[in-house]
Amino acid sequence: MKKGVMRPGHVQIRVLDMDEAVKHYTDLLGMIETDRDDQGRVYLKAWTEVDKFSLVLREADEPGCDFMAFKVVNEEALNQLERDLVEYGVEVEQVPAEELKDCGRRVRFQVPSGHTFELFADKQYTGKWGLSSVNPEAWPRGLQGMKAVRFDHCLFYGPELAAVYDIFVNVLGFHLAEQVLDPEGTRIAQFLTVSMKEHDIAFIHHEEKGKFHHASFFLETWEDVLRAADLISMTDTSIDIGPTRHGLTHGKTIYFFDPSGNRNEVFCGGDYFYPDHKPVTWQAEQLGKAIFYHDRVLNERFLTVLT
Amino acid sequence: MAGFHVLNRTTGDRFTCQDGQSVLKAMEQLGLKCVPVGCRGGGCGYCKIRVLEGEFECGKMSKVHVPPEAVEKGEVLACRIYPLTDLTIECVPLPEAALAKQTTTKSLR
Repeated sequence: MKKGVMRPGHVQIRVLDMDEAVKHYTDLLGMIETDRDDQGRVYLKAWTEVDKFSLVLREADEPGCDFMAFKVVNEEALNQLERDLVEYGVEVEQVPAEELKDCGRRVRFQVPSGHTFELFADKQYTGKWGLSSVNPEAWPRGLQGMKAVRFDHCLFYGPELAAVYDIFVNVLGFHLAEQVLDPEGTRIAQFLTVSMKEHDIAFIHHEEKGKFHHASFFLETWEDVLRAADLISMTDTSIDIGPTRHGLTHGKTIYFFDPSGNRNEVFCGGDYFYPDHKPVTWQAEQLGKAIFYHDRVLNERFLTVLT
Repeated sequence: MAGFHVLNRTTGDRFTCQDGQSVLKAMEQLGLKCVPVGCRGGGCGYCKIRVLEGEFECGKMSKVHVPPEAVEKGEVLACRIYPLTDLTIECVPLPEAALAKQTTTKSLR
């Protein structure tokens, strides 16, 4: 957080059918719908999140991710980061306050992998869903499905990882927590953090620009991940792989798809990060184990099925 | 026997698809692998096929992978088509981007 970027704030995902998507993210993932806007977008949050929304769904004829946004500590930091991006040669776009309801102005920019990101400082503080901020109970009643705890991170696929690294690490103050290096020493995967989490965002090398691999939501325990797997079967939801463990980050995970083919992850556990930690390296020769620690073999779908 | 017969002319596989069931789901349930399985939601384009004969209904599919002109040529996603008659299908080569495997990210043990 050395430059004032605090945490993932929201992600806007395109879906083919809004009703199906809302049902998936509320009934199955357990997120809470908090608003809709006149563009037809639907706003959702996970129950522990203090701001009004972390997921925005937009109906479109092509699924994928419009943008991911990070919240910064205050307006002053936002101004400074904006200047730093411009000075570094990144083109920034101003998105006015209220373009997303109850969200302050956003600074939008694209990185060389073809993905769009935003920074913002203000969003309506609604507090944790269903709990008082004074003498709060352990959890709220009435949560659905997997009872997702929070929107945690995204993984994007695209080219130019080195240039993306420079922007996130040198301009935005992220740290490299984990990486995959090929035998020539080229970084083909980078897991970046601004917090104690092992990743707040990750990139894997892919020739085509701007591809979306998954949005990930945090669960508390391995038992919750198994329960998520049960719910995936009960609802006949399209599964990718899991439950299993990653080598990278050591998180315990399951992957599945929303009704438009966008990949979701729910996971628990995993390593932690402090700024004095040196990056963890996985060798590309061990990529199967790095990604799926138990099978030690990649499924082709994990590398090539994207939106 | 109920349902519609599907013949994959590329591989020679034949399977039965129940009323209201997608071609991909019918294939998967029988343990066949004659069409690649991706997201199963019309989003990733992985299960693209060409329908040579027969009638079907379409669910929503990503316009990037299935533009309107492709649907007219019978190029659709197996996860999003529901037969109305027996079908003859063939595999469609994956797009360049899906085939461009990063040599460094092959599955290795």
